[in-house]
Amino acid sequence: MQRRLQNINYLDLVLWLIRVSIIVIVVWGSIATLSDNPYSGRNWIDFIVFGIAQGSMYALIAIGYTLVYGVLFMINFAHGEFFMSGVMTATVFVAGPLSASGYLDRQPVISLLLILAVSMLTSVGVAVLTERIAYRPLRKAPRLVPLITAIGASFFLQYTFRGLYGSEVKPFPQVEALSGKIPFLGTELLESQLVVIIATVIMLVGLYLFVMRTKTGKAIRAVAEDKDVAALMGIDVDRTISITFALGAAMAGAAGVLYALVFRQVHFFMGFLPGLKAFTAAVLGGIGSIPGAAIGGLFLGIFESVGPPLFLDGLNVPAYHQLKDVIAFTMLVLILIFRPQGIIGERLAEKKA
Amino acid sequence: MNPEKKFTLRDAVNQGLIAGLITSLISMVGMVELFSKRQLIANLMTTAQVFILLAPALLSYQSARKSAKNNALASGAVTGFFASIPIIVLVLLASAFDLRQFLVNVSPNLISTLTFGQGPVVGSLILVAINTLIGLLAAILHQLDEKIRNPILTGLLWTLLVGMFSEILQERLRAFFGISFTNLIIRSKALQPTVAVILLVGITAIAYFWGQRGASFSERIANQSATQRRNMIIAQRVAFFVLLLAMPLLLGTYLSEVVNNVGIYVLMGLGLNIVVGFAGLLDLGYVAFFAIGAYVMAILTSEGFLGVAQTSFWVALPVSVITAVAAGIFLGTPVLRMRGDYLAIVTLGFGEIIRIMANSDLLKPFIGGAQGVLQIPKPSFFGTSLIQPGQLYYVVLGGVLLAWFVSTRLSNSRLGRQWMAMREDEDVAEAMGINLVNTKLLAFAIGAGFSGLSGAIYASKLTSIFPHSFNLLISINVLSLIIVGGMGSLPGVVIGSLILVGLPELLREFAEFRLWMYGALLIVMMLAKPEGFWPSAITKRELHAHDESIPIEEPAAAD
Repeated sequence: MQRRLQNINYLDLVLWLIRVSIIVIVVWGSIATLSDNPYSGRNWIDFIVFGIAQGSMYALIAIGYTLVYGVLFMINFAHGEFFMSGVMTATVFVAGPLSASGYLDRQPVISLLLILAVSMLTSVGVAVLTERIAYRPLRKAPRLVPLITAIGASFFLQYTFRGLYGSEVKPFPQVEALSGKIPFLGTELLESQLVVIIATVIMLVGLYLFVMRTKTGKAIRAVAEDKDVAALMGIDVDRTISITFALGAAMAGAAGVLYALVFRQVHFFMGFLPGLKAFTAAVLGGIGSIPGAAIGGLFLGIFESVGPPLFLDGLNVPAYHQLKDVIAFTMLVLILIFRPQGIIGERLAEKKA
Repeated sequence: MNPEKKFTLRDAVNQGLIAGLITSLISMVGMVELFSKRQLIANLMTTAQVFILLAPALLSYQSARKSAKNNALASGAVTGFFASIPIIVLVLLASAFDLRQFLVNVSPNLISTLTFGQGPVVGSLILVAINTLIGLLAAILHQLDEKIRNPILTGLLWTLLVGMFSEILQERLRAFFGISFTNLIIRSKALQPTVAVILLVGITAIAYFWGQRGASFSERIANQSATQRRNMIIAQRVAFFVLLLAMPLLLGTYLSEVVNNVGIYVLMGLGLNIVVGFAGLLDLGYVAFFAIGAYVMAILTSEGFLGVAQTSFWVALPVSVITAVAAGIFLGTPVLRMRGDYLAIVTLGFGEIIRIMANSDLLKPFIGGAQGVLQIPKPSFFGTSLIQPGQLYYVVLGGVLLAWFVSTRLSNSRLGRQWMAMREDEDVAEAMGINLVNTKLLAFAIGAGFSGLSGAIYASKLTSIFPHSFNLLISINVLSLIIVGGMGSLPGVVIGSLILVGLPELLREFAEFRLWMYGALLIVMMLAKPEGFWPSAITKRELHAHDESIPIEEPAAAD
């Protein structure tokens, strides 16, 4: 007993040390940067706006993680690939030809909607197929098993799409109508970023209403609460889970198009990092909660965009932008270690562990 | 899905369409075209054709197995027939439109491979005929008695394998028996048709007679006295050890290099096997320790400007291992309270952080950033530098044997049992008085140590290391190989490495599709054979606890 207590104390001590050292680094770096003040207020607004745009995409992708985790208690590792598959397909089959024929610039709204539709449908198709083939037969298996299949599915999908469309980076055509800038608070906003933010808000609100107000949404929530009871109530659990995957993938497909609008390129590996970061966002906001995913996404986006100049510049880290992903991953690690229930979520991790 | 359901014509059609879709996917992804140049049997058959016919054959076999006895042949043929439909659709589409601007791998070459060099129309007819035939053959095979079926399958498998590796075999045969003899068997990297037939018949016959006699043979072994049996085991071990030592002589330079690569993965696999297989902690950042081992070795021994000590390999080796162990404890401590999927993601995060840090300018003055560390000397042994792969092989072998020894001793030790208890249920294990903190940390530390050892050997084998060679894919690779071999099983690690690392090195076309295959394998293994190809005895017993047909092995007498 004595020894066990000692061990726990030692562990807590280590965890506290980590916490304190991270806080010291962040505070010290921020103070150093701010006292030096190499950036103007305009720069900071730019960082924040970019962060919000980036965060919106994370939020959209994070919805998929949250929904699936809500119903299956499983981290769908392949979710980033749903995001990639949609926008890759839309770029190759729709955006490319439309841009080449000039239709994209003549009818930007119709074209973009078409691209969006193809992207979302492809993502949904891939997600439903993946669920059917790789996840459904394993629903009763130990928890590690579906996670391993999900990792397998992730790589399988990545390299399938690489095989289908080739391994090179593909350009996403520039949309003339969205290449302008809008003055805002003394700085300029890129129209594409604005579109991303507005589209995200619309989609998130729509999704929230769908889950909260419709019968299907109610079924999803019932399945998330208790699969067996839901089945007794006459809910087709398998179908509901498929719909959940489809919803998450539709959001990911949309996020893919938004990503392509901002970064204007797609490739087969593009799903990995955003997927991982969106997972961070989902955990950050409390996995299982839709508003949580939105808040987590925004928070992570802003943090990732403001963080490197704020903390690292002051510490004289050379080429600090290289460490942008380190900040995101550190955040992932810290959140999972110190607050796995997220900012506003309840503690779900232990519930079915 | 449920067994009572009758297998109808519609199911057979569905199976066929699925098979066709699988084949179309394999074609569109580019695998068929890639393998169309590798001939199996000279002028008769290429590896690509095996890939085209594999899915229809397997699923027809499935159809025949599931359907009622009297119409098994029919459903096999139906499945085969419908398997050709999606492929024909692909062929016709590709010849009508220029699909290549969208799908880069749908090339004229692929279409000509799919249609056996004939035009789309004639080719489609041939496809239908061949697929139906294959379906029928698979069904017939299924109808045969097990005593005949299994030898035929063995014969087919071995003939295909020999054909696939004929390039390597040719080189080896030449080295031992000269060109003229080799040309009788293998010419221009392909098996001669007559030899293929002889192989098929011969292996089938051997397998058949072995099947007949095998029972009496194992009976004879069972009747031996204890000393006789022990002598035989010792003789086997000695023979195996001698074979291991003589390996580079038999294999030649190229194959030794392949074996070294396999060995490095076996080392990592043995380490991860402790963490994942024994202790049940899914670690996706395992590559971090490999990287740490490699970087410590590199910096300590490098003769370039980043080297700090220019020590010898043998001094740096223990330092690398100890550093990796320390890193294992350091990174293991904060995650002690996590389990399952969260642990996997956190460790993945650690791995990525370390890779990005190694790549960044922040650490560039110490470990070279993206340019890596160069001029790492190869290990030397009493003055002779081990430059040849055949010489380096012994270093790798030593590492593997050491790790193997530690693993076997650990797996049955008190600690090993504690790990397994923890793997099954942490709460129960803790209630039984197991100190979770120490047990977990030891798993992380020992696993990291093996990985560090592997990394150190890797660094001095390659003589230069770069951060981008330590990415997540290595962790996935190692994870896949222990899953394919069987979690918690030591021979499984070797089998897994041979399949996942050795095969792709031998079939160089695979390189591009390595991860595609890994992904597919991970899914298929989890769905069909979660215990792996060579499961440990305990796992096998657990998984078949209610299966009466497999006798539960008596545990070896403890002495």
